[in-house]
Amino acid sequence: MKTLVFLEHHDGAIQKGALGVLAKAVALGGEVAGVVAGTGVRALAEEAGSHGAATLWVAEDERLAAPLPQPRVDVLARLVRDEGYDTVLFAQSVLAADVAAALAARLDAGLNWDLVDLSAEGVGTRPALADSVYVDVGWSSGPRLAVFRAGTFDPSPTGGSAEVKDAAVELEDFSTLAEMVEQAHAEQQGPSIEEADVIVAGGRGLGEPEKFALAEELAQALGGAVGATRAVVDAGWYPYSAQVGQTGKTVSPKLYVALGISGAIQHKVGMQGSSTIVSINKDPNAPIFEFSDLGVVGDLHAIVPKLTELVRARRS
Amino acid sequence: MKIAVCVKAVPDAAAGRRLDPGTKRLDRSGEQTVSEWDTYAIEEALVLKEAAGEGEVVVVSLGPEKAIDALRKALAMGADRAVLVSDSSFEGADLLGTAKALAGALERESPDLVLFGQQSADGGGACLWAAVADNLRRPIVSQVSELSVDGSSLTGKRQTEFGYDTLRLPLPAVVAVADSINTPRYPSLKGIMGAKKKPQETLAAADVGGVDEARTTVLALNPPPARGEARRIEDDGSAADKIVEFLVERRLL
Repeated sequence: MKTLVFLEHHDGAIQKGALGVLAKAVALGGEVAGVVAGTGVRALAEEAGSHGAATLWVAEDERLAAPLPQPRVDVLARLVRDEGYDTVLFAQSVLAADVAAALAARLDAGLNWDLVDLSAEGVGTRPALADSVYVDVGWSSGPRLAVFRAGTFDPSPTGGSAEVKDAAVELEDFSTLAEMVEQAHAEQQGPSIEEADVIVAGGRGLGEPEKFALAEELAQALGGAVGATRAVVDAGWYPYSAQVGQTGKTVSPKLYVALGISGAIQHKVGMQGSSTIVSINKDPNAPIFEFSDLGVVGDLHAIVPKLTELVRARRS
Repeated sequence: MKIAVCVKAVPDAAAGRRLDPGTKRLDRSGEQTVSEWDTYAIEEALVLKEAAGEGEVVVVSLGPEKAIDALRKALAMGADRAVLVSDSSFEGADLLGTAKALAGALERESPDLVLFGQQSADGGGACLWAAVADNLRRPIVSQVSELSVDGSSLTGKRQTEFGYDTLRLPLPAVVAVADSINTPRYPSLKGIMGAKKKPQETLAAADVGGVDEARTTVLALNPPPARGEARRIEDDGSAADKIVEFLVERRLL
Protein backbone atom coordinates (compact mmCIF):
# COMPACT_ATOMS: atom_id res chain seq x y z
CA MET A 1 0.00 0.00 0.00
CA LYS A 2 1.34 3.40 -0.97
CA THR A 3 -0.85 6.05 0.59
CA LEU A 4 -1.16 9.79 0.13
CA VAL A 5 -3.13 11.77 2.74
CA PHE A 6 -4.53 15.22 1.94
CA LEU A 7 -3.52 17.39 4.89
CA GLU A 8 -5.87 20.36 5.09
CA HIS A 9 -4.59 23.20 7.21
CA HIS A 10 -5.90 26.42 8.64
CA ASP A 11 -4.17 29.19 10.56
CA GLY A 12 -0.81 27.43 10.52
CA ALA A 13 -2.01 24.07 11.82
CA ILE A 14 -3.10 20.85 10.15
CA GLN A 15 -6.77 20.07 10.74
CA LYS A 16 -7.40 17.51 13.47
CA GLY A 17 -9.53 15.38 11.16
CA ALA A 18 -6.73 15.17 8.60
CA LEU A 19 -4.25 14.12 11.30
CA GLY A 20 -6.76 11.45 12.34
CA VAL A 21 -6.86 10.08 8.80
CA LEU A 22 -3.05 10.17 8.76
CA ALA A 23 -3.08 8.00 11.90
CA LYS A 24 -5.45 5.59 10.13
CA ALA A 25 -3.11 5.46 7.11
CA VAL A 26 -0.19 4.58 9.40
CA ALA A 27 -2.27 1.85 11.05
CA LEU A 28 -3.10 0.37 7.64
CA GLY A 29 0.62 0.02 6.96
CA GLY A 30 2.82 0.59 3.94
CA GLU A 31 4.32 3.82 2.74
CA VAL A 32 2.54 6.92 4.04
CA ALA A 33 2.98 10.43 2.69
CA GLY A 34 1.07 13.64 3.27
CA VAL A 35 0.55 16.59 0.97
CA VAL A 36 0.07 20.22 1.96
CA ALA A 37 -0.75 23.03 -0.47
CA GLY A 38 -0.76 26.75 0.15
CA THR A 39 1.65 29.47 1.19
CA GLY A 40 4.00 29.12 4.15
CA VAL A 41 3.10 25.45 4.37
CA ARG A 42 6.66 24.12 4.67
CA ALA A 43 6.35 24.90 8.36
CA LEU A 44 3.75 22.13 8.67
CA ALA A 45 6.39 19.44 8.09
CA GLU A 46 7.09 18.93 11.78
CA GLU A 47 3.43 18.40 12.65
CA ALA A 48 2.93 16.05 9.67
CA GLY A 49 6.04 14.05 10.52
CA SER A 50 5.29 13.72 14.21
CA HIS A 51 1.84 12.36 13.30
CA GLY A 52 3.05 9.63 10.98
CA ALA A 53 3.88 11.03 7.54
CA ALA A 54 7.21 9.58 6.36
CA THR A 55 7.18 11.99 3.43
CA LEU A 56 5.56 15.40 3.18
CA TRP A 57 4.90 16.80 -0.28
CA VAL A 58 4.89 20.57 -0.15
CA ALA A 59 3.10 22.57 -2.83
CA GLU A 60 4.09 26.13 -2.04
CA ASP A 61 2.56 28.66 -4.41
CA GLU A 62 0.76 31.98 -4.24
CA ARG A 63 -1.99 30.55 -6.46
CA LEU A 64 -2.72 27.98 -3.73
CA ALA A 65 -3.10 30.60 -0.98
CA ALA A 66 -6.91 30.57 -0.93
CA PRO A 67 -8.52 27.30 0.23
CA LEU A 68 -10.07 26.47 -3.15
CA PRO A 69 -10.31 22.96 -4.59
CA GLN A 70 -9.39 23.12 -8.25
CA PRO A 71 -5.70 24.08 -8.13
CA ARG A 72 -5.22 21.43 -5.43
CA VAL A 73 -6.67 18.82 -7.77
CA ASP A 74 -3.94 19.65 -10.30
CA VAL A 75 -1.22 19.20 -7.67
CA LEU A 76 -2.62 15.92 -6.31
CA ALA A 77 -3.33 14.45 -9.76
CA ARG A 78 0.27 14.94 -10.81
CA LEU A 79 1.60 13.50 -7.54
CA VAL A 80 -0.57 10.40 -7.73
CA ARG A 81 0.40 9.79 -11.37
CA ASP A 82 4.12 10.51 -11.02
CA GLU A 83 4.68 8.78 -7.70
CA GLY A 84 2.25 5.91 -8.17
CA TYR A 85 0.15 6.28 -5.03
CA ASP A 86 -2.47 3.52 -4.94
CA THR A 87 -4.54 5.04 -2.14
CA VAL A 88 -5.50 8.68 -1.53
CA LEU A 89 -7.29 9.52 1.73
CA PHE A 90 -9.23 12.61 2.83
CA ALA A 91 -10.96 13.79 6.01
CA GLN A 92 -14.40 15.20 5.19
CA SER A 93 -14.59 18.96 4.79
CA VAL A 94 -16.03 21.37 2.27
CA LEU A 95 -12.63 21.65 0.62
CA ALA A 96 -11.65 17.97 0.83
CA ALA A 97 -14.94 16.71 -0.64
CA ASP A 98 -14.57 18.94 -3.69
CA VAL A 99 -10.89 18.05 -4.14
CA ALA A 100 -11.61 14.31 -3.83
CA ALA A 101 -14.51 14.25 -6.30
CA ALA A 102 -12.70 16.33 -8.91
CA LEU A 103 -9.55 14.22 -8.44
CA ALA A 104 -11.61 11.07 -9.05
CA ALA A 105 -12.85 12.56 -12.33
CA ARG A 106 -9.36 13.64 -13.33
CA LEU A 107 -7.71 10.29 -12.56
CA ASP A 108 -10.65 8.19 -13.72
CA ALA A 109 -10.51 6.64 -10.26
CA GLY A 110 -13.10 5.26 -7.88
CA LEU A 111 -14.16 7.39 -4.92
CA ASN A 112 -15.96 6.09 -1.83
CA TRP A 113 -17.08 8.74 0.61
CA ASP A 114 -18.53 9.13 4.09
CA LEU A 115 -16.55 6.08 5.21
CA VAL A 116 -16.24 5.26 8.90
CA ASP A 117 -13.63 2.56 8.38
CA LEU A 118 -11.25 1.01 5.86
CA SER A 119 -9.53 -2.36 6.12
CA ALA A 120 -6.04 -3.22 4.92
CA GLU A 121 -7.75 -5.48 2.36
CA GLY A 122 -9.37 -2.39 0.84
CA VAL A 123 -12.93 -2.75 2.11
CA GLY A 124 -14.54 0.46 3.29
CA THR A 125 -17.54 0.85 5.60
CA ARG A 126 -20.17 3.40 4.66
CA PRO A 127 -23.31 4.00 6.70
CA ALA A 128 -26.27 4.67 4.39
CA LEU A 129 -29.90 5.76 4.55
CA ALA A 130 -29.63 7.67 7.82
CA ASP A 131 -27.17 5.04 9.13
CA SER A 132 -29.86 2.35 9.06
CA VAL A 133 -27.57 0.10 7.05
CA TYR A 134 -23.77 -0.27 6.95
CA VAL A 135 -22.52 -0.92 3.44
CA ASP A 136 -19.23 -2.64 2.66
CA VAL A 137 -17.75 -0.89 -0.36
CA GLY A 138 -14.67 -1.54 -2.46
CA TRP A 139 -12.77 -0.46 -5.55
CA SER A 140 -12.54 -2.37 -8.82
CA SER A 141 -9.42 -0.51 -9.95
CA GLY A 142 -6.77 1.81 -8.61
CA PRO A 143 -6.00 4.33 -7.38
CA ARG A 144 -8.48 4.11 -4.53
CA LEU A 145 -9.86 7.42 -3.29
CA ALA A 146 -11.69 7.66 0.03
CA VAL A 147 -13.23 10.43 2.11
CA PHE A 148 -13.76 9.64 5.79
CA ARG A 149 -16.60 11.03 7.84
CA ALA A 150 -15.57 13.93 10.06
CA GLY A 151 -14.19 12.95 13.45
CA THR A 152 -13.87 9.24 12.61
CA PHE A 153 -10.26 8.88 13.70
CA ASP A 154 -8.24 10.58 16.41
CA PRO A 155 -4.72 11.84 15.68
CA SER A 156 -1.98 9.61 17.06
CA PRO A 157 1.46 11.17 17.49
CA THR A 158 4.25 8.85 16.40
CA GLY A 159 7.13 11.16 17.20
CA GLY A 160 8.55 10.64 13.72
CA SER A 161 9.72 13.17 11.21
CA ALA A 162 8.89 13.66 7.56
CA GLU A 163 11.22 13.95 4.61
CA VAL A 164 10.12 17.13 2.86
CA LYS A 165 9.81 17.08 -0.93
CA ASP A 166 8.58 19.74 -3.31
CA ALA A 167 5.49 18.95 -5.32
CA ALA A 168 5.22 20.38 -8.81
CA VAL A 169 2.62 23.12 -9.18
CA GLU A 170 1.39 23.12 -12.77
CA LEU A 171 -2.15 24.38 -12.99
CA GLU A 172 -4.87 23.90 -15.58
CA ASP A 173 -6.25 27.06 -17.17
CA PHE A 174 -9.69 26.64 -15.57
CA SER A 175 -8.34 25.86 -12.11
CA THR A 176 -7.49 29.45 -11.26
CA LEU A 177 -10.66 31.09 -12.57
CA ALA A 178 -12.45 31.09 -9.21
CA GLU A 179 -11.23 34.08 -7.26
CA MET A 180 -11.41 34.57 -3.50
CA VAL A 181 -12.78 38.09 -2.94
CA GLU A 182 -13.04 37.91 0.83
CA GLN A 183 -11.91 35.04 3.01
CA ALA A 184 -13.53 34.12 6.31
CA HIS A 185 -11.89 35.32 9.48
CA ALA A 186 -12.20 33.21 12.59
CA GLU A 187 -14.97 34.68 14.72
CA GLN A 188 -14.54 33.12 18.11
CA GLN A 189 -16.76 34.42 20.87
CA GLY A 190 -16.74 32.96 24.36
CA PRO A 191 -15.68 29.39 25.14
CA SER A 192 -15.73 26.99 22.21
CA ILE A 193 -18.69 24.63 22.12
CA GLU A 194 -16.24 21.88 21.19
CA GLU A 195 -15.15 21.72 24.82
CA ALA A 196 -18.63 21.67 26.41
CA ASP A 197 -19.93 18.57 28.23
CA VAL A 198 -23.52 19.58 27.56
CA ILE A 199 -24.86 21.27 24.44
CA VAL A 200 -28.40 22.49 23.90
CA ALA A 201 -28.86 23.18 20.21
CA GLY A 202 -31.67 24.95 18.40
CA GLY A 203 -32.96 24.66 14.85
CA ARG A 204 -35.65 26.12 12.67
CA GLY A 205 -38.30 24.48 14.85
CA LEU A 206 -37.72 27.21 17.46
CA GLY A 207 -39.83 29.34 15.15
CA GLU A 208 -38.14 32.71 15.54
CA PRO A 209 -34.75 34.10 16.61
CA GLU A 210 -36.04 35.36 19.97
CA LYS A 211 -36.94 31.80 20.92
CA PHE A 212 -33.24 30.94 21.17
CA ALA A 213 -33.70 32.18 24.73
CA LEU A 214 -35.36 28.80 25.41
CA ALA A 215 -32.17 27.01 24.38
CA GLU A 216 -29.99 29.47 26.28
CA GLU A 217 -31.94 29.10 29.51
CA LEU A 218 -31.95 25.30 29.34
CA ALA A 219 -28.23 25.31 28.53
CA GLN A 220 -27.56 27.54 31.51
CA ALA A 221 -29.61 25.30 33.80
CA LEU A 222 -27.68 22.24 32.61
CA GLY A 223 -24.34 24.04 32.79
CA GLY A 224 -23.80 23.72 29.04
CA ALA A 225 -23.29 25.68 25.87
CA VAL A 226 -25.66 26.60 23.05
CA GLY A 227 -25.38 25.16 19.55
CA ALA A 228 -27.24 25.94 16.36
CA THR A 229 -27.99 24.42 12.97
CA ARG A 230 -26.77 25.84 9.70
CA ALA A 231 -30.29 26.88 8.73
CA VAL A 232 -30.67 29.26 11.67
CA VAL A 233 -27.09 30.54 11.40
CA ASP A 234 -27.54 31.33 7.72
CA ALA A 235 -30.84 33.01 8.61
CA GLY A 236 -28.96 35.23 11.07
CA TRP A 237 -30.68 33.91 14.22
CA TYR A 238 -27.46 32.86 15.90
CA PRO A 239 -23.70 33.39 15.38
CA TYR A 240 -21.70 31.06 13.20
CA SER A 241 -19.34 30.21 16.08
CA ALA A 242 -22.19 28.13 17.57
CA GLN A 243 -22.92 26.15 14.41
CA VAL A 244 -22.75 22.38 14.72
CA GLY A 245 -22.51 20.31 11.57
CA GLN A 246 -20.67 19.57 8.37
CA THR A 247 -19.64 23.17 7.81
CA GLY A 248 -19.56 24.06 11.49
CA LYS A 249 -18.13 22.45 14.60
CA THR A 250 -17.91 18.73 15.21
CA VAL A 251 -18.85 18.09 18.84
CA SER A 252 -19.06 15.05 21.10
CA PRO A 253 -20.48 16.17 24.46
CA LYS A 254 -21.82 13.83 27.12
CA LEU A 255 -25.32 15.22 26.50
CA TYR A 256 -26.71 16.80 23.35
CA VAL A 257 -30.20 18.24 23.50
CA ALA A 258 -31.68 19.03 20.06
CA LEU A 259 -34.59 21.47 20.01
CA GLY A 260 -36.60 21.76 16.82
CA ILE A 261 -33.85 20.17 14.74
CA SER A 262 -34.86 17.85 11.90
CA GLY A 263 -31.52 16.04 11.80
CA ALA A 264 -30.35 16.70 8.24
CA ILE A 265 -27.05 15.03 7.37
CA GLN A 266 -25.41 18.46 7.40
CA HIS A 267 -26.18 18.69 11.12
CA LYS A 268 -25.91 15.04 12.03
CA VAL A 269 -22.28 14.61 11.04
CA GLY A 270 -21.34 17.29 13.52
CA MET A 271 -23.05 15.81 16.58
CA GLN A 272 -23.55 12.08 16.13
CA GLY A 273 -20.52 11.38 18.32
CA SER A 274 -22.39 12.71 21.38
CA SER A 275 -22.71 10.12 24.18
CA THR A 276 -26.40 10.78 24.81
CA ILE A 277 -28.78 12.55 22.44
CA VAL A 278 -32.17 13.87 23.54
CA SER A 279 -34.36 15.48 20.91
CA ILE A 280 -37.64 17.32 20.95
CA ASN A 281 -39.45 17.82 17.65
CA LYS A 282 -43.09 18.12 16.72
CA ASP A 283 -42.60 16.13 13.50
CA PRO A 284 -42.76 12.40 14.35
CA ASN A 285 -40.95 11.66 11.06
CA ALA A 286 -37.97 13.92 11.78
CA PRO A 287 -34.76 11.98 10.96
CA ILE A 288 -33.22 13.12 14.25
CA PHE A 289 -35.33 10.49 16.06
CA GLU A 290 -33.41 7.79 14.18
CA PHE A 291 -30.29 8.54 16.17
CA SER A 292 -31.66 9.93 19.43
CA ASP A 293 -31.41 8.00 22.70
CA LEU A 294 -34.58 9.74 23.83
CA GLY A 295 -36.89 11.21 21.23
CA VAL A 296 -39.78 13.37 22.33
CA VAL A 297 -42.56 14.11 19.86
CA GLY A 298 -44.14 17.30 21.07
CA ASP A 299 -44.21 21.08 21.16
CA LEU A 300 -40.86 22.32 22.43
CA HIS A 301 -42.38 25.67 23.35
CA ALA A 302 -44.51 23.90 25.95
CA ILE A 303 -41.92 21.34 27.07
CA VAL A 304 -38.67 23.32 27.33
CA PRO A 305 -39.71 26.02 29.85
CA LYS A 306 -41.03 23.30 32.15
CA LEU A 307 -37.91 21.19 31.64
CA THR A 308 -35.66 24.15 32.45
CA GLU A 309 -37.59 24.77 35.65
CA LEU A 310 -37.32 21.09 36.71
CA VAL A 311 -33.58 20.99 35.98
CA ARG A 312 -33.02 24.18 37.96
CA ALA A 313 -35.00 22.80 40.88
CA ARG A 314 -32.96 19.58 40.85
CA ARG A 315 -29.62 21.30 40.72
CA SER A 316 -30.30 23.93 43.39
CA MET B 1 -28.89 33.44 -19.69
CA LYS B 2 -29.20 29.68 -19.87
CA ILE B 3 -29.17 27.81 -16.58
CA ALA B 4 -28.98 24.04 -16.24
CA VAL B 5 -30.01 22.45 -12.94
CA CYS B 6 -28.79 18.93 -12.22
CA VAL B 7 -31.40 17.05 -10.24
CA LYS B 8 -31.82 13.55 -8.95
CA ALA B 9 -35.02 11.54 -8.89
CA VAL B 10 -35.27 9.65 -5.61
CA PRO B 11 -37.89 7.38 -4.10
CA ASP B 12 -40.55 9.37 -2.30
CA ALA B 13 -39.57 9.78 1.36
CA ALA B 14 -43.14 9.01 2.42
CA ALA B 15 -42.91 5.62 0.70
CA GLY B 16 -39.65 4.87 2.50
CA ARG B 17 -36.21 4.35 1.06
CA ARG B 18 -34.45 1.00 1.16
CA LEU B 19 -31.52 -0.82 -0.37
CA ASP B 20 -32.38 -3.82 -2.52
CA PRO B 21 -30.69 -6.82 -0.88
CA GLY B 22 -30.24 -8.41 -4.34
CA THR B 23 -28.57 -5.58 -6.27
CA LYS B 24 -27.35 -3.87 -3.04
CA ARG B 25 -28.44 -0.63 -4.64
CA LEU B 26 -31.24 1.78 -3.84
CA ASP B 27 -34.64 0.27 -4.56
CA ARG B 28 -36.09 2.60 -7.21
CA SER B 29 -39.27 0.63 -7.86
CA GLY B 30 -41.57 3.02 -5.99
CA GLU B 31 -42.83 6.50 -6.79
CA GLN B 32 -40.12 8.98 -7.71
CA THR B 33 -39.82 12.58 -6.65
CA VAL B 34 -37.15 15.21 -7.16
CA SER B 35 -34.66 15.24 -4.29
CA GLU B 36 -35.73 17.89 -1.77
CA TRP B 37 -32.20 19.32 -1.78
CA ASP B 38 -32.40 19.93 -5.53
CA THR B 39 -35.55 22.03 -5.23
CA TYR B 40 -33.37 24.82 -3.79
CA ALA B 41 -31.22 24.77 -6.93
CA ILE B 42 -34.34 24.82 -9.14
CA GLU B 43 -35.74 27.75 -7.14
CA GLU B 44 -32.44 29.66 -7.42
CA ALA B 45 -32.38 29.13 -11.19
CA LEU B 46 -35.93 30.47 -11.48
CA VAL B 47 -35.09 33.48 -9.30
CA LEU B 48 -31.99 34.28 -11.41
CA LYS B 49 -33.97 33.94 -14.64
CA GLU B 50 -36.73 36.18 -13.30
CA ALA B 51 -34.17 38.76 -12.16
CA ALA B 52 -32.50 38.74 -15.58
CA GLY B 53 -35.87 39.09 -17.28
CA GLU B 54 -34.91 36.49 -19.86
CA GLY B 55 -33.30 33.11 -20.19
CA GLU B 56 -34.01 29.44 -19.99
CA VAL B 57 -33.95 26.91 -17.15
CA VAL B 58 -33.24 23.31 -18.16
CA VAL B 59 -33.33 20.45 -15.66
CA VAL B 60 -30.88 17.65 -16.38
CA SER B 61 -30.93 14.25 -14.73
CA LEU B 62 -29.55 10.74 -14.98
CA GLY B 63 -31.95 8.03 -13.93
CA PRO B 64 -34.43 5.33 -14.84
CA GLU B 65 -37.18 6.12 -17.37
CA LYS B 66 -39.70 6.85 -14.67
CA ALA B 67 -37.47 9.62 -13.33
CA ILE B 68 -39.31 11.75 -15.90
CA ASP B 69 -42.18 11.92 -13.36
CA ALA B 70 -39.83 13.60 -10.92
CA LEU B 71 -38.54 15.98 -13.59
CA ARG B 72 -42.14 17.07 -14.20
CA LYS B 73 -42.17 18.47 -10.68
CA ALA B 74 -39.29 20.73 -11.67
CA LEU B 75 -41.21 21.74 -14.79
CA ALA B 76 -44.27 22.42 -12.66
CA MET B 77 -42.17 24.72 -10.46
CA GLY B 78 -41.34 26.72 -13.58
CA ALA B 79 -38.36 25.13 -15.36
CA ASP B 80 -38.68 25.37 -19.15
CA ARG B 81 -37.36 22.04 -20.33
CA ALA B 82 -36.20 18.65 -19.05
CA VAL B 83 -33.41 16.40 -20.29
CA LEU B 84 -33.23 12.87 -18.90
CA VAL B 85 -30.27 10.63 -19.58
CA SER B 86 -31.71 7.17 -19.27
CA ASP B 87 -30.16 3.94 -20.41
CA SER B 88 -30.18 0.54 -18.78
CA SER B 89 -26.39 0.47 -19.17
CA PHE B 90 -26.16 3.22 -16.53
CA GLU B 91 -27.60 0.98 -13.80
CA GLY B 92 -25.07 0.81 -11.00
CA ALA B 93 -23.15 3.84 -12.28
CA ASP B 94 -20.97 5.31 -9.54
CA LEU B 95 -19.90 8.89 -8.96
CA LEU B 96 -17.52 8.79 -11.91
CA GLY B 97 -20.02 7.39 -14.40
CA THR B 98 -22.76 9.73 -13.18
CA ALA B 99 -20.49 12.75 -13.47
CA LYS B 100 -19.46 11.81 -17.01
CA ALA B 101 -23.02 11.24 -18.17
CA LEU B 102 -24.19 14.56 -16.70
CA ALA B 103 -21.19 16.36 -18.18
CA GLY B 104 -22.01 14.81 -21.56
CA ALA B 105 -25.58 16.04 -21.38
CA LEU B 106 -24.45 19.48 -20.17
CA GLU B 107 -21.97 19.82 -23.02
CA ARG B 108 -24.85 19.44 -25.47
CA GLU B 109 -26.65 22.26 -23.71
CA SER B 110 -23.64 24.51 -23.01
CA PRO B 111 -25.37 26.57 -20.31
CA ASP B 112 -23.91 29.73 -18.76
CA LEU B 113 -24.48 28.35 -15.30
CA VAL B 114 -24.87 24.83 -13.90
CA LEU B 115 -26.56 24.50 -10.49
CA PHE B 116 -26.59 21.59 -8.04
CA GLY B 117 -28.31 21.06 -4.68
CA GLN B 118 -26.11 20.45 -1.65
CA GLN B 119 -26.49 16.68 -1.45
CA SER B 120 -28.66 13.88 -2.72
CA ALA B 121 -31.55 12.72 -0.57
CA ASP B 122 -30.59 9.07 -0.69
CA GLY B 123 -26.90 8.45 -1.34
CA GLY B 124 -25.83 11.41 0.73
CA GLY B 125 -22.81 12.10 -1.47
CA ALA B 126 -22.04 15.77 -1.45
CA CYS B 127 -19.39 16.19 -4.12
CA LEU B 128 -20.77 15.17 -7.53
CA TRP B 129 -20.62 18.77 -8.77
CA ALA B 130 -16.85 18.92 -8.40
CA ALA B 131 -16.43 15.86 -10.64
CA VAL B 132 -18.82 17.34 -13.21
CA ALA B 133 -16.97 20.68 -13.12
CA ASP B 134 -13.67 18.91 -13.71
CA ASN B 135 -15.12 17.05 -16.68
CA LEU B 136 -16.48 20.33 -18.07
CA ARG B 137 -13.26 22.20 -17.18
CA ARG B 138 -15.23 24.96 -15.51
CA PRO B 139 -14.75 26.80 -12.22
CA ILE B 140 -16.71 25.59 -9.21
CA VAL B 141 -17.97 26.91 -5.90
CA SER B 142 -20.00 24.84 -3.44
CA GLN B 143 -21.98 25.39 -0.20
CA VAL B 144 -23.28 28.69 -1.57
CA SER B 145 -25.85 30.50 0.56
CA GLU B 146 -26.06 33.73 -1.51
CA LEU B 147 -25.68 34.01 -5.25
CA SER B 148 -25.82 36.87 -7.71
CA VAL B 149 -25.01 37.01 -11.41
CA ASP B 150 -23.70 40.13 -13.04
CA GLY B 151 -23.23 39.90 -16.79
CA SER B 152 -20.26 37.65 -17.36
CA SER B 153 -19.50 36.64 -13.78
CA LEU B 154 -21.14 35.46 -10.58
CA THR B 155 -20.53 36.26 -6.94
CA GLY B 156 -21.21 33.58 -4.39
CA LYS B 157 -21.06 33.54 -0.60
CA ARG B 158 -20.12 30.11 0.63
CA GLN B 159 -19.95 28.66 4.10
CA THR B 160 -17.07 26.45 5.15
CA GLU B 161 -15.87 25.15 8.53
CA PHE B 162 -14.21 28.53 9.08
CA GLY B 163 -17.03 30.94 8.27
CA TYR B 164 -18.21 32.75 5.16
CA ASP B 165 -16.09 33.33 2.05
CA THR B 166 -17.02 35.47 -0.92
CA LEU B 167 -15.91 34.25 -4.33
CA ARG B 168 -16.17 35.55 -7.87
CA LEU B 169 -16.28 33.17 -10.81
CA PRO B 170 -16.43 33.99 -14.52
CA LEU B 171 -19.25 32.33 -16.46
CA PRO B 172 -19.70 29.60 -17.48
CA ALA B 173 -19.42 28.11 -14.02
CA VAL B 174 -20.73 25.36 -11.75
CA VAL B 175 -22.36 26.21 -8.39
CA ALA B 176 -23.71 23.94 -5.64
CA VAL B 177 -26.21 25.75 -3.42
CA ALA B 178 -27.05 25.20 0.24
CA ASP B 179 -30.61 24.82 1.46
CA SER B 180 -30.43 28.15 3.24
CA ILE B 181 -30.23 30.04 -0.07
CA ASN B 182 -34.00 30.35 -0.58
CA THR B 183 -37.40 28.84 0.10
CA PRO B 184 -38.49 26.72 -2.86
CA ARG B 185 -41.90 27.58 -4.27
CA TYR B 186 -44.70 25.05 -4.48
CA PRO B 187 -45.84 24.27 -7.99
CA SER B 188 -49.06 26.12 -8.83
CA LEU B 189 -52.03 24.25 -10.28
CA LYS B 190 -51.38 26.02 -13.58
CA GLY B 191 -47.74 24.96 -13.39
CA ILE B 192 -48.70 21.35 -12.78
CA MET B 193 -51.18 21.37 -15.65
CA GLY B 194 -48.65 22.95 -18.00
CA ALA B 195 -45.71 20.72 -17.06
CA LYS B 196 -46.69 17.82 -19.30
CA LYS B 197 -46.69 20.04 -22.38
CA LYS B 198 -43.16 21.33 -21.80
CA PRO B 199 -40.34 19.79 -23.88
CA GLN B 200 -38.95 16.60 -22.34
CA GLU B 201 -36.03 14.94 -24.05
CA THR B 202 -34.54 11.54 -23.28
CA LEU B 203 -30.93 10.81 -24.14
CA ALA B 204 -29.28 7.40 -24.42
CA ALA B 205 -25.76 6.51 -23.33
CA ALA B 206 -24.42 7.04 -26.86
CA ASP B 207 -25.71 10.63 -26.84
CA VAL B 208 -23.58 11.55 -23.85
CA GLY B 209 -20.34 9.80 -24.69
CA GLY B 210 -21.04 6.24 -23.58
CA VAL B 211 -20.89 4.47 -20.25
CA ASP B 212 -17.88 4.02 -18.02
CA GLU B 213 -17.50 0.92 -15.95
CA ALA B 214 -17.96 1.65 -12.25
CA ARG B 215 -14.68 1.98 -10.36
CA THR B 216 -16.32 1.30 -7.02
CA THR B 217 -18.18 -1.78 -5.83
CA VAL B 218 -20.81 -2.55 -3.23
CA LEU B 219 -19.84 -5.76 -1.46
CA ALA B 220 -22.32 -6.33 1.35
CA LEU B 221 -25.11 -4.77 3.39
CA ASN B 222 -24.84 -5.10 7.16
CA PRO B 223 -26.99 -4.01 10.08
CA PRO B 224 -25.71 -0.93 11.90
CA PRO B 225 -23.91 -1.37 15.22
CA ALA B 226 -26.35 -1.13 18.12
CA ARG B 227 -26.59 2.31 19.66
CA GLY B 228 -28.14 1.20 22.90
CA GLU B 229 -31.85 1.32 23.45
CA ALA B 230 -33.54 4.27 21.79
CA ARG B 231 -36.67 5.49 23.48
CA ARG B 232 -39.46 7.44 21.92
CA ILE B 233 -42.27 9.23 23.74
CA GLU B 234 -45.21 11.38 22.66
CA ASP B 235 -45.78 14.39 24.84
CA ASP B 236 -48.95 14.05 26.89
CA GLY B 237 -48.04 16.90 29.20
CA SER B 238 -45.48 14.88 31.15
CA ALA B 239 -42.58 15.00 28.67
CA ALA B 240 -40.49 17.40 30.79
CA ASP B 241 -40.74 15.03 33.79
CA LYS B 242 -39.84 12.07 31.62
CA ILE B 243 -36.79 13.82 30.21
CA VAL B 244 -35.60 14.61 33.74
CA GLU B 245 -36.13 10.96 34.77
CA PHE B 246 -34.10 9.87 31.75
CA LEU B 247 -31.26 12.29 32.53
CA VAL B 248 -31.15 11.14 36.16
CA GLU B 249 -31.11 7.50 35.07
CA ARG B 250 -28.16 8.23 32.76
CA ARG B 251 -26.43 10.14 35.57
CA LEU B 252 -26.50 13.31 33.53
CA LEU B 253 -28.35 15.24 36.21
